[in-house]
Amino acid sequence: MKLNISAASVFSDLRILYHQGKQYIPDVTTVEVPGIFRGRPVISKLDTIGEPIDLRTLEEICPTGAIKSNPVRIDLGRCVFCGECQHKFPSLINFTKDYKISAVRRDDLVIGEGQHQPMVIKPEQVRKEIRKIFKRSLKLRQVSAGGDNSTEWELNASGNVNFDIGRFGIDFVASPRHANGIVITGPITKNMAEPLQICYDAVPHPKIIILAGTDAISAGIHQGSDALDRSFLDNHTVDLYIPGNPVHPLAFINGVLKLIGRK
Amino acid sequence: MINAAKIKNNQRISVTDIPVLPYADFLEMNTALTKDIYFHCVNYFAWPQGHDIRLICCIADDTTGHIIVSSSLVVSDPSVKIPSFSAQQLAFHVFEREIHENTGLQYSDHPWLKPLRYPVDRSDLLSEISNYPFYQIESEELHEVGVGPIHAGIIEPGHFRFICNGEQILHLEIQLGFQHRNVEQQMLKLRTPLQKTILAEGIAGDTVVGHTTAFASLWESLCGFVPGEDMLHARTVASELERVAIHTGDLSAICTDIAYQLGSSVFGRLRTPVINTFQKWCGNRLAKSLIRPGRNQFPITPYVVDALNTLFDAYEPDLNEMYQRMKTLPSALARLERTGTVTQQQAEVIGAVGMSARTSGLIRDIRWTHPYLYYGQIPHQPIIKHHGDVYSRTQIRKQEINQSVKYIKSLIQKVPETSTVGELPAPIADSFVVSLTEGWRGEICHCGITDSQGKLVLYKIKDPSLHNWLALALAVRNNDISDFPICNKSFNLSYCGHDL
Repeated sequence: MKLNISAASVFSDLRILYHQGKQYIPDVTTVEVPGIFRGRPVISKLDTIGEPIDLRTLEEICPTGAIKSNPVRIDLGRCVFCGECQHKFPSLINFTKDYKISAVRRDDLVIGEGQHQPMVIKPEQVRKEIRKIFKRSLKLRQVSAGGDNSTEWELNASGNVNFDIGRFGIDFVASPRHANGIVITGPITKNMAEPLQICYDAVPHPKIIILAGTDAISAGIHQGSDALDRSFLDNHTVDLYIPGNPVHPLAFINGVLKLIGRK
Repeated sequence: MINAAKIKNNQRISVTDIPVLPYADFLEMNTALTKDIYFHCVNYFAWPQGHDIRLICCIADDTTGHIIVSSSLVVSDPSVKIPSFSAQQLAFHVFEREIHENTGLQYSDHPWLKPLRYPVDRSDLLSEISNYPFYQIESEELHEVGVGPIHAGIIEPGHFRFICNGEQILHLEIQLGFQHRNVEQQMLKLRTPLQKTILAEGIAGDTVVGHTTAFASLWESLCGFVPGEDMLHARTVASELERVAIHTGDLSAICTDIAYQLGSSVFGRLRTPVINTFQKWCGNRLAKSLIRPGRNQFPITPYVVDALNTLFDAYEPDLNEMYQRMKTLPSALARLERTGTVTQQQAEVIGAVGMSARTSGLIRDIRWTHPYLYYGQIPHQPIIKHHGDVYSRTQIRKQEINQSVKYIKSLIQKVPETSTVGELPAPIADSFVVSLTEGWRGEICHCGITDSQGKLVLYKIKDPSLHNWLALALAVRNNDISDFPICNKSFNLSYCGHDL
């Protein structure tokens, strides 16, 4: 009788497993995001559009001042990916489904008029020890410093059975002592400035800093708030910028893989 | 007897319609009202006016669907102490702590005016997050355990201080404020409605639909704009889809914390197609950009209807199967049942809202008592549990998921035609609006006031977590400290929603 019950249990577990089908994404570097995705924008050259564009309006509709003109450019470090500019100026701006939008240099997040080619991270931009030491194993400590729990959510999702970032030897760990670097989310509040510094100091050398999400990179919509203290960023070198609002798991995984030289 | 403005959810009134009472009458009326369980405070805040402070109190009347708004003018003088609401009704404690922290208003008989969130513009700048006055018990038998602000997982910051007797928790104190971004002030500073909307989306990034709907409804009401049927319909579908998504993720998290791997993985992966449906609908997995005041940016097209139907056809059988399996496992149930209990009396006293209230037998559901969007027509019936333990908070999620799926399926059978709307007019001068929504955590309340130029001069946000963090602190008493994570996860409260 006892045997029967446990056999039934095993079968119901197996049935559940069978019903899940295949859930993991075999290649996270090439898979297409379902539906609409606002990733790397492409800005048409103004002289090829054939209609006048009110540049002043274009700059003003952007809620975070990410758009500048002459030439037209979008700073992905400030962009909240609301799509308002594309909505109003569809002939000029088109957000593609390309989620490989990370950069090592802050300036590389600025996409200019007529820039169609994908964003690349050149090996010489990356600090040497990163690819030498962390290529096959990278442990990260996450610090939310005023994050709204959306990018935090997506970082958690990066480790689920679908995205499975663990397959690359990349994991989030509980202690800064076990980490090779920190991933910061949120605009960095005054009340989190000290804990952030303490956490960073507790990570052994060599260590990296990743900024995940527009809030972390530029404070996003919180620019100008007097409750922020972003001095940590003035005193430390950032190794990777990953834009997003929130960061999509594929954007995160591909950004980190590029940094450590895996893809 | 009742000298107050009686308004409906999202109804605009003139600021001058809110009566100003002498403080003694103001206190007497509001504390007397809330003795009745069908009346509870949805927001109570200070509006500084020169040297004076205007206190505005909003009491929800669950029997008629009204909100009873009254006010009083008090002098901002640190040497004057006034009697508190909290001494009579503890549920006010958190509002009065906020008023005290922001304005320096002194109370003579508040049980404990400890800091709430250390806002940057607080009245006492000597009070700092690093010198928080923790509750202490002198005893050689007891020890303290401190956790955070940075936690072991990928989670927002907050500090938990336990006083333990061996492995048992005697007392938990929760210190928040680390996430404070000054959202309420930023709401006034930002110029355009789009900027304000983006800010509202980030009040709590896991409740995008709940908070953005509250903001959009409030803003439209301030502007005297009547949203089209299609907008109300789309927001209702989005609200319920958000509930399904987060509840599913929470079931996964609960399984993770009791080390039930199969449940953790299956519920975790089941959330993916739900949020990917938001992706298909509006281009964002958390529904950012979906809701805009004054327009229906992403109408429910036949493609979206199809995506939703396909989703639920595959999702529901797998969810039900996994949940049924979990229910047969004594090892899982033993960790959930009778763990982290909040009694109905406790829930009433602290003014719990949303799921936390409903799992302790207390009916608090804005969809039912103060219907907005399509909730008056559905018609919605709240799901109530009575044990107040982790298992109740697990069960209610499963049942609310099934209920929300049923609502969405029925709603998308008939999608209203997309309305054509012009530009949203500017807000009307001297207006006051209260906007209530029922997010997946519970009651969200936004209040807005405009000045004589129609400019926003006050914006108050209340996330359900503001009340419910105390429910967590009470729930873990006399539990083993090893059960804290599962208790915490079963509430899944917001740090940034609390800290603003």
